[in-house]
Amino acid sequence: MLNNLLLLIGITLMYSTPLVFGALGGTISERSGVVNIGIEGMMTIGAFSGVAVSFLTGSAWLGFLFAGIAGGLFSVLHALAAVTFKADQNVSGIALNLLGPGIALFGARLLWDGSTQSPTVQTLPKIFGENAFAGTPWANLNVDITVVLGLVATIAMWFFLYKTKWGLRVRAIGEHPAAADTLGINVNRTRFLCVIVSGILAGFGGASITLAIISQFTQTSVAGQGFIALAALIFGKWTPHGSYGACLMFGMAQALVVVLGGGAIAVPSQILAILPYALTLIVLVLFVGKAVAPAADGTPYEKGSR
Amino acid sequence: MEKTAGKMSVTQRILRKPITATLIAIILGFIVAAIVLAAAGYNPIDAFSALFEGVFSKPKYISNTIIKAAPIILTGVSVAFAFKTGLFNIGAEGQYIAGTICAVIVGTTFNFPAPIQIPLVIAAGVIGGALIGGLTGLLKAKFGIHEVITSIMLNWTMLYLNNFVVYSDAFHRPNSTATFPINESGFTTILGNWKLSDQGLDTLSHVPWLSDFLVKTDVNIAFLVAILVAIGIWFLLYRSKLGFELRAVGFSRDTAEFAGINVNRNTIMTMAIAGAISGLAGALTISGIAPHAISTLAAFENYGFNGFSVALIASSSPLGCIFAGLLFGGLIYGGQSVQLAVGAPSDIINIMIGTIVFFVAIARVIALLADKLEKRSEKNHA
Repeated sequence: MLNNLLLLIGITLMYSTPLVFGALGGTISERSGVVNIGIEGMMTIGAFSGVAVSFLTGSAWLGFLFAGIAGGLFSVLHALAAVTFKADQNVSGIALNLLGPGIALFGARLLWDGSTQSPTVQTLPKIFGENAFAGTPWANLNVDITVVLGLVATIAMWFFLYKTKWGLRVRAIGEHPAAADTLGINVNRTRFLCVIVSGILAGFGGASITLAIISQFTQTSVAGQGFIALAALIFGKWTPHGSYGACLMFGMAQALVVVLGGGAIAVPSQILAILPYALTLIVLVLFVGKAVAPAADGTPYEKGSR
Repeated sequence: MEKTAGKMSVTQRILRKPITATLIAIILGFIVAAIVLAAAGYNPIDAFSALFEGVFSKPKYISNTIIKAAPIILTGVSVAFAFKTGLFNIGAEGQYIAGTICAVIVGTTFNFPAPIQIPLVIAAGVIGGALIGGLTGLLKAKFGIHEVITSIMLNWTMLYLNNFVVYSDAFHRPNSTATFPINESGFTTILGNWKLSDQGLDTLSHVPWLSDFLVKTDVNIAFLVAILVAIGIWFLLYRSKLGFELRAVGFSRDTAEFAGINVNRNTIMTMAIAGAISGLAGALTISGIAPHAISTLAAFENYGFNGFSVALIASSSPLGCIFAGLLFGGLIYGGQSVQLAVGAPSDIINIMIGTIVFFVAIARVIALLADKLEKRSEKNHA
């Protein structure tokens, strides 16, 4: 019993972490008023470049760092389209979701002799070292270091958005860009930066799949987690702490698939896999309703408009 | 002064044409792909000629390109139709899957003669897609949940539902990752039995190109249906009262509401019709293309997402989707030969498609640019 419970907690934390990074990326972008459905593509870029660098250098930390950089660079495309050229943000996000896997798989085939699957690479450490509590149920709680990093990033994001003047500015731009503009805040530059930060975080999210949960890049390693992260963002009403809670819930839904999958309860794993998505829709219908997104989310800012 | 103004207006007129922006985006897609290929050490010219040969060099290839194009023309029309009414149907993927699931369930369960079986299988797919699309519209109309969010959730729900059906006892074909194929009476392959019969093979041997076109491929009715649907949707949008209302909602929800149009009802109906078209694409794939079954999906097959790209390239014109669909069908099918001939990863095609969509997204800027130029020249004249 204790073993199963700890196993559930461990796996929940493990699976929720990539979502946490993705959702935080969505939070910063959308709070500044730029819809970002390209998180999935950015995570795929991060998942690939993290493994590629870990493969080439043998250092998982360098890989993780580079995943953030690559995600950030890739997100410049979305920033250019959505902020500079005022394109339809949904369309540009979809373009990123097409480009991300395209680039990642192209690169993978170049690096690994035509295969989209990398060899296993050096991964990030566990929080208590490799073999702590081996053989006891408590080993389940010896989670990946990324779990801690995700929590730290959440707290940092909360502090930034609600306790600093820059955070206030970001939120103001997302709600009423014209008002923020009259106060001398550079709306487009701030949005541009927020989108890049969102790419960096999503890149970390991708790498926390491939450099922690699994130790390689495959064609399906990200497989929709960027979209679940988006759902978590909406669930959490566009706040870092709310998103974190939602990610834990989605992580638990996935963990249940693992824990119950082979066990006594005969629920087919494919039906359990639907759970997070169905849950999102049900909760949206029952509790969330409309008008919680930042007011200016998705609208490009034209100077002089009201 | 007069002269420069005249020149400007020509440039403006060209820039303002939506087709200009689209063509520029397509060219840029090829250029970016060429740069990526060159950077990776492949000869872009060789790669592109392999691409074109992979589409045009044999009747069989042309046939396969058309077969590949048919479903994405339909999903393209589905997305374009929703666009026209101001809705964003990225749920085409899930609606397509719903269509394949329903077609398989009905097609394996029943075994009527072809004149009943074929319409039944196709109707099942259409209804499956329409239900998923309609649900998206309903959640938008009644609860204000954005259709993009609902679509994303339903896409994944359908993917796992597909896998559930594949592994359910009733449909799973033992020792495979697929379901049983639908009963043969539901096949929509053109001349399916005749072309493989002795008599058919004999007749076709006198016409080599036709034999190549027909025998080695799954030529089916989907492309013809796709063209009919594209024309039908064009009529619906531009020649019917319903279409007028739907477009009015697309232009401005508030104005339409004020004019007495029931916006909520229109939203649900639009999404249901869009879903029906994507579901039709799914059903036609099942009935027309071997193995006439669904199999486990680890990731999306991108029929819906490619339809999205098709609609964008076609600037949401239903008729334009036919050409855009053929273009993408060619890229996707011919892209496979790039890997075989040059060794470059076929994923280059996805990079190319992504680039084209990206530039289409920012291409509207070109029209804005034309507006600005015009305003400036007006100012100068004044």
